[in-house]
Amino acid sequence: MTDRAKWFVVAVASVLLLGIAASAGVIGWYQYQARGSAAGAVETAPPDDWATGDRIVFRNTAMGDGYGQVASVPLDDPDGPRAVIAQACDRVAATDRRFVCLRSERGIVPRYTATVFDDDGRELESWPLAGIPSRARISPDGTLIATTAFVTGHSYATVGFSTETIVHTADGRDFGDLEDYTLVIDGDIVAPVDRNYWGVTFLDDTTFYATAGLTTTGATYLVRGDLEARTLTAVAEDVECPSLSPDGARIAFKRVTSGSGPTAHWTPAILDLAGGTVHVLDAETRNVDDQIAWLDDDTILYGLPREGAAGDTDIWSLAADGSGVPELFIEHAWSPSVVRR
Amino acid sequence: MYISLTNKPSPGEEEGAPPAVTTRTPRGVRTVSSTVVTLGIVSMLTDISSESVSAILPLYITGVLGLSTIAFGFLDGLYQGVSALVRIAGGYVSDRVDQPKWVAFVGYALAAVARLGLLFGSGFAAITAVITADRVGKGIRTAPRDSLITATSRPDNLGTSFGVHRTLDNIGAAVGPLLAFVILLVVPDGYDTIFATSFAFAAIGVLILGIVVPNVRTRARRAAPADPERSDAAPRPRFAWSVVTSGPMRRLLAAAGMLGLLTIGDGFVYLVLQSRGGFAAQWFPLFYVGTNVAFLALAIPLGALADRIGRTRVFVWGHAALLATYVTAALPIADIAATVLCLVFLGAFYAATDGVLAALAAQLTTPETHGTGIAAAQTVVALARFLSAVGFGFLWFAVGRETSMLIVACVLAVAIPVAALLLRPLLAARGRS
Repeated sequence: MTDRAKWFVVAVASVLLLGIAASAGVIGWYQYQARGSAAGAVETAPPDDWATGDRIVFRNTAMGDGYGQVASVPLDDPDGPRAVIAQACDRVAATDRRFVCLRSERGIVPRYTATVFDDDGRELESWPLAGIPSRARISPDGTLIATTAFVTGHSYATVGFSTETIVHTADGRDFGDLEDYTLVIDGDIVAPVDRNYWGVTFLDDTTFYATAGLTTTGATYLVRGDLEARTLTAVAEDVECPSLSPDGARIAFKRVTSGSGPTAHWTPAILDLAGGTVHVLDAETRNVDDQIAWLDDDTILYGLPREGAAGDTDIWSLAADGSGVPELFIEHAWSPSVVRR
Repeated sequence: MYISLTNKPSPGEEEGAPPAVTTRTPRGVRTVSSTVVTLGIVSMLTDISSESVSAILPLYITGVLGLSTIAFGFLDGLYQGVSALVRIAGGYVSDRVDQPKWVAFVGYALAAVARLGLLFGSGFAAITAVITADRVGKGIRTAPRDSLITATSRPDNLGTSFGVHRTLDNIGAAVGPLLAFVILLVVPDGYDTIFATSFAFAAIGVLILGIVVPNVRTRARRAAPADPERSDAAPRPRFAWSVVTSGPMRRLLAAAGMLGLLTIGDGFVYLVLQSRGGFAAQWFPLFYVGTNVAFLALAIPLGALADRIGRTRVFVWGHAALLATYVTAALPIADIAATVLCLVFLGAFYAATDGVLAALAAQLTTPETHGTGIAAAQTVVALARFLSAVGFGFLWFAVGRETSMLIVACVLAVAIPVAALLLRPLLAARGRS
């Protein structure tokens, strides 16, 4: 073959291959448009009074119109029609007056933001995140907001992973990155090189709990944080993504029960803060990689990916004493917050 | 700069020993062989393919698969090591069987086939398999491809050739993420479109390599069947490890390894820049773009400069740019100009060392050991940088970011003259083997 003939073959093959890719794009675009305009797979209610009464606020993951948007259902009718509002979020946390929304904004350079909205959808405050949103929590009275984001490199040439956990007030005051706080383990001030923090849960407006993790060994600690003193004190080991119960006596969390690193399998567990005893809820056999929420003092909620449906998730409930079996609580939903008036 | 599409050495010269350095082309009109440009295009297409996927992977894993990226980070360190070891093996096999093109082809094809897996498989297992195949493929192909570049370049323009190749390669690395994000902008859940596009680019790259790039042998060939009596007249050149592990190569490996131990990684430099507050968190991705632009602008001129004034000189001075990077990053100037300057220094460092190192390793080895020699130099640098990143992580938390950066800068300021001393016997050598 002459050089000219060779390049001709390359040109024909390129047109074919890129044509196939372009058709995939066109089909993808039409499918996306069709899905967007198709009615959602769930029954919806008018969004006007979405923020009235005791309710559960979550991210709607039902395919179709309203996918990825904030929704609520009445606390006493979680299976009922959901009120879906216009705001789309990757992760949402709500109180009665306002909610915080973590988003990945599409663009040539993707941006990640945390935005506080009031219940009428008015933007109150916004700040950038260092990477893909992971966890969001809002303090009981709605004044403090904690966010965790994965700081990922521009490519998979980056070694290891890193999280950034920051605390803000709803009106924009910045308490900074937890990595700049003093860490105390077993009474000693330590600064392990590979420490990372994630998964904040608030007790009140100065005190919170979070996970301190050491990337190298995989060890994790439950730390009790003080926003004014800027300290973090380890109170228990092997606790990830804590969530304080409404009565403040227990911490629900995820614990690695088998494997490690890429093969880690997390099971929900309950830590009794006074006694220090841990009860692993092995009634749940699936891998739970979520920050648990409390429905009430007896029941926990968590999200799981839906089998065979990419991008879809469900919220499950489980008795906090480990009795019974996990039950499907809200279909096609993610990131629940229980809001009581 | 002038890139001509002439194939040098000409087919006639290919049969014999690499062409001796004959007349030098007039200054300013240095030509790069068409094979080098073609290999650059292959790398560019492959980089578009792999970078478009890797740019959106964290989003895909968290957003679509609903997994955390933690697992992903753990795997990554492992691949770095695997890739480095596979690279040596790729170079060695390529030298032994004397088929650099086809060894490189296996590496490129492996990565392309893996992309099909993304289209038909889903979930974390598929992604893990694809990334593994991509890494292994990259390890296999790098050294044989660089020895192909060496074989199709004249010894006196090797630096320019590598500069041209690395420039094209980095254009791909810049276009890939851009393409992926544009697709997501148009089709918000268009991950399948990205995977299909990624496969298309990888397949075109493999096709070009397979049918357009000539199967250049690095070893001198005699026309054995035609002239059996003379075939044994001269001893057949043989692969010898000693070429790689002793003499000037040993000096190069030692110097490059030592300097590599002080190359802490872009991530830390960007984190220091980010912490100065001059740029907000959302500009973080643009730091990489800035470095890349500087690299693109400088890779060819610095490669040509290396051919003219000596590759060792440019390699050593490139580390002075790294030193300047550290110093500008650590100085407490919250100024956009200082940030940009820092990124330009970082890009200049890569432009002065990446292709130039390959050219140096090729210059110091025999045609029979080019693949292994280049792979050895690159592996030593990769492993040293990996250790450096780990070690610097400890220093970072022990003494703080600016202080640790200044400490490394001070050590580097000492190491550069030491490396220059170590490489002194090679400093005089210009672009001749």
